[in-house]
Amino acid sequence: MSLDQDTVKNIAYLARIRVEEDKLEPLAGELSAIMGWIEQLQELDTDGVEPMASVVNVSLPQRKDVVNDGDCRDAVLKNAPDNEDGFYTVPKVVE
Amino acid sequence: MSDLTKLTIAQARDKLAAGECTSVELTQAYLKAMEAGRDLNAFITETPELALQRAKASDDRRAKGESLGAMDGIPVAIKDLFCTDGVLTTAGSHILDGFTPAYESTVTANLRDAGAVMLGKTNLDEFAMGSANITSYYGEVKNPWVGADGKDLVPGGSSGGSAAAVAGRMAMAATGTDTGGSIRQPASFCGITGLKPTYGRCSRWGTIAFASSLDQAGPMTQTVRDAAIMLQAMAGHDAKDSTSAPMDVPDFEAALTGDIKGLKIGIPAEYKMDGMDAEIQALWDQGIEWLKAQGAEVVDISLPHTKYALPTYYIVAPAEASANLARYDGVRYGLRVEGDSLDDMYMNTRGEGFGHEVKRRILMGTYVLSSGYYDAYYIKAQKVRTLIAADFTKAFEDVDAILTPTAPSAAFALGEKQEDPVAMYLNDVFTVPASLAGLPGISIPAGLNAAGLPLGLQILGRPFDEETVLKVAGVLETSAGFTLHSGVED
Amino acid sequence: MSYLIKGETCDWEVVIGLEVHCQVISESKLFSGASTLFGGEPNTHVSVVDAAMPGMLPVINEECVRQAIRTGLGLKAKINKTSVFARKNYFYADLPQGYQISQADKPIVGAGTLTLDMPDGTSRDVGIERLHLEQDAGKSMHDQDPKRSFIDLNRCGVALMEVVSDPDMRSPEEAGAFVRKMRSIVRYLGTCDGNMDQGSMRCDVNVSVRPVGSDELRTRAETKNVNSVRFIMQVIEFEAKRQVGVYDNGGQVVQETRLFDSKKIETRSMRSKENAHDYRYFPDPDLLPLIFTDELIEELKAELPELPDDRKNRYVGDFGLSPYDAGVLVAEKDTATYFEAVAEGRDQKLAANWVINNLFGVLSDRSLSITESPITAGHLGELLDLISDDTISNKIAKDVFEVMLETGEAPAKIVEDRGLKQITDTGAIEAAVDAAIAAGPNQVEQYKGGNEKILGWFVGQVMKATQGKANPGQVNKLLKEKLDG
Ligand SMILES: [Mg+2]
Ligand SMILES: [Zn+2]
Repeated sequence: MSLDQDTVKNIAYLARIRVEEDKLEPLAGELSAIMGWIEQLQELDTDGVEPMASVVNVSLPQRKDVVNDGDCRDAVLKNAPDNEDGFYTVPKVVE
Repeated sequence: MSDLTKLTIAQARDKLAAGECTSVELTQAYLKAMEAGRDLNAFITETPELALQRAKASDDRRAKGESLGAMDGIPVAIKDLFCTDGVLTTAGSHILDGFTPAYESTVTANLRDAGAVMLGKTNLDEFAMGSANITSYYGEVKNPWVGADGKDLVPGGSSGGSAAAVAGRMAMAATGTDTGGSIRQPASFCGITGLKPTYGRCSRWGTIAFASSLDQAGPMTQTVRDAAIMLQAMAGHDAKDSTSAPMDVPDFEAALTGDIKGLKIGIPAEYKMDGMDAEIQALWDQGIEWLKAQGAEVVDISLPHTKYALPTYYIVAPAEASANLARYDGVRYGLRVEGDSLDDMYMNTRGEGFGHEVKRRILMGTYVLSSGYYDAYYIKAQKVRTLIAADFTKAFEDVDAILTPTAPSAAFALGEKQEDPVAMYLNDVFTVPASLAGLPGISIPAGLNAAGLPLGLQILGRPFDEETVLKVAGVLETSAGFTLHSGVED
Repeated sequence: MSYLIKGETCDWEVVIGLEVHCQVISESKLFSGASTLFGGEPNTHVSVVDAAMPGMLPVINEECVRQAIRTGLGLKAKINKTSVFARKNYFYADLPQGYQISQADKPIVGAGTLTLDMPDGTSRDVGIERLHLEQDAGKSMHDQDPKRSFIDLNRCGVALMEVVSDPDMRSPEEAGAFVRKMRSIVRYLGTCDGNMDQGSMRCDVNVSVRPVGSDELRTRAETKNVNSVRFIMQVIEFEAKRQVGVYDNGGQVVQETRLFDSKKIETRSMRSKENAHDYRYFPDPDLLPLIFTDELIEELKAELPELPDDRKNRYVGDFGLSPYDAGVLVAEKDTATYFEAVAEGRDQKLAANWVINNLFGVLSDRSLSITESPITAGHLGELLDLISDDTISNKIAKDVFEVMLETGEAPAKIVEDRGLKQITDTGAIEAAVDAAIAAGPNQVEQYKGGNEKILGWFVGQVMKATQGKANPGQVNKLLKEKLDG
């Protein structure tokens, strides 16, 4: 499986990672090489095999509906690169 | 070099109990060693004040007859993937610049509550992605062992800083995390013991996620006994982690009976790879002989899907990572590189904040999950994962543990294998299958190669049967009679 | 009453599917222990889990699971005993994790049905495709600063139920009825407060059009986050016309996400980047499959309150109300509760008449909800008792009702204080009747000449003389006796 530059550009945008134009081609090469190696999986017949998302085979534990967290604005905001009046801030979003 | 830094946890426990030394003395000895070993770059953050404060508290407890047990007063290093309250936590990444959590991971809280003394935060591959500890934003880590040619060696990864710290006697023990081999492989490279518990044995809460369905914390120690003691303190059910096993923690140290008579040990045919290093094969054969000599029955087994484990892993782990690392967006913590729009800011921040290997894996993960490729890659990998896990389930119907080499080679020189990602990935060929199946595994140092570098053997066990893994490892350890000498002068 | 759009070459019908997001009523959030309270200082109802701090993990709230099951039962839907949470990946300022935990191909609730009560009293079933649980996002504010948006995560992580309908609706009215019915059901169940103005219920409106007679499904456009019934209907009207226009001009409708501008009453395409999503759903490895037993479903089923459809049927069957009146009374749980308090032990039809014909008018004039009614259900019931036991006439009762509205006093007290008690004393009525006959010789002539309608004039005279308090039945009877005799 080989990835072309457009594909790399597209997934880099989906992942919000800036990749300079001149880096697209070498990156496409690297990813293609890795995906090519991964391709060997296709030789395995997996018809009828259940996909495994987790090795844990108990069901999801549930917690009681009680408020026992939150109310910790300092802990929430203290690492923010920019915040004001108790809000996080981001470059203006135009909707 | 102080004698105190040669002690194992078990020995230190006894000395502390006998009043032959104090935790403050131990801690000071390690802080000194940590300083002296700075050129290895094993630590990202040193926390001497916190360490001495905790050591003092431990000694005070002990004086009042309120010792908390085996780990009380023991100086340990913490992989910088565990969030530590009030202490910089980086994951080895630029993107977490300055991040100081207001919370403590469950594993480190458990250690703290058992009285352990944190010396500092150890270096690691960025976001635990790597097998050589060369991808950290904070620089590469050097293995305390030096090759015959005098070249600097990698410590393995991703828990390379932890492995180097223990091997270099800069910490009595350290925490690691293992997603595809990140405890076991560096343990093998650095000549120490590294235990990856069963998935779910240690809580993942507060540990920075790489691949959630695989990540598991574990101890990195000098001996098998120390691994048992330390795991005891780290493990336990945690209601804050939905995947944490709701099981009691057995007395791991008690499992070290030394008696493996009648135990069946499987030797998987598929781990004899083409072109395998003769020294690795010889060590493996030696391990088999040792176990036989102690009365174990060695059985040939087959794990037919072994060769598909690595490619499967390189779909599953990057896919999960691509989502797990989406939260590093410059808004709530860490690095922010401004931009003209929200998207610009995201792309600048993540473009600059992540290193090359992390970006590559995020892109791979994004790709295999994207529309049109999801079934062909992600679902396919999950199906193969089922087959790999089933191989082990079947094997464990006949055997109690499995013996394999830990890594296909000894530590290699810094700078090697950097150009070819797939060659680098192959380091984990023996560790990844058990990770995919969630099984416990340990690497113990079993011998030296011709260049005088340590080689590890790996023992795998049934889910939640760390006891058998430890028991077999203890016997191997005794047989091997390996002593840590890592080039650090005794 | 089909809704058709005239195109240049043919008539078009509109095909509507709705996705309704309902905020689940619970104390704490879906995956964290932070409070769900509305309002509050920014970022105070936020835990380190909600802020997606490194290493934080979700743990599900059992009450949110139960609320989803209850709602599924209320929609007569299939409850899936095994469901799976998935990550929906996209970047947005109010989405700290970089993904929303939602459910994709294995939702907690499967197919069900919702019955629409149309204004003409008819009903019609709309299919429910699914209901799934997911996290709400935070809130972005754009007006505080010229260069920055401000982010508040208080709402981030609150549980939402997303109910997805089949594309079964064919008019704005049906879509409106769907949302009203949905709101009614969740309010009866207590699973969502249904307050659209506070954003507790929001709607994505999927619209496509097709030539009448065709059964194809053409490309749809989705208008996001519409937050009132009126807006939903306006979106549909606008979209239907727009799309027919596109086809008439030889174009093709594109599948896209649109925004509603409630000032201009139009929808517009979101910037193309917003449409470049690829959500990359995959099972959340931090969570395991959600599995529960038949026993839990049975337990919740047994605790379920009577729902609007059942209640409507009971009002029609047991009380003899018209389907229309019954539908009006059950639409809001609070209204039905009020009505039942009034009707309890009384003539239910009379009670229904008073609530619908008298009280509702006042409430809507004054923009009050039933819970803000100036007349309590107890007082209205007492008023009906005064009518039933002939203490006052229907007409006087209306006057008493007016006084009740103004003073909030008990009807018996009003009747007593103002001496409105009906005169049933035959002697007093007879005197008034005699006086009326004496006062109207001309009218007597007319009556005798066969003009029965003139009887009303005599009744009026008697009522005037008794300030309306004479028992109308007795007055009529006596008048006839005397005039005929
Ligand atoms: Mg939608
Ligand atoms: Zn939704």
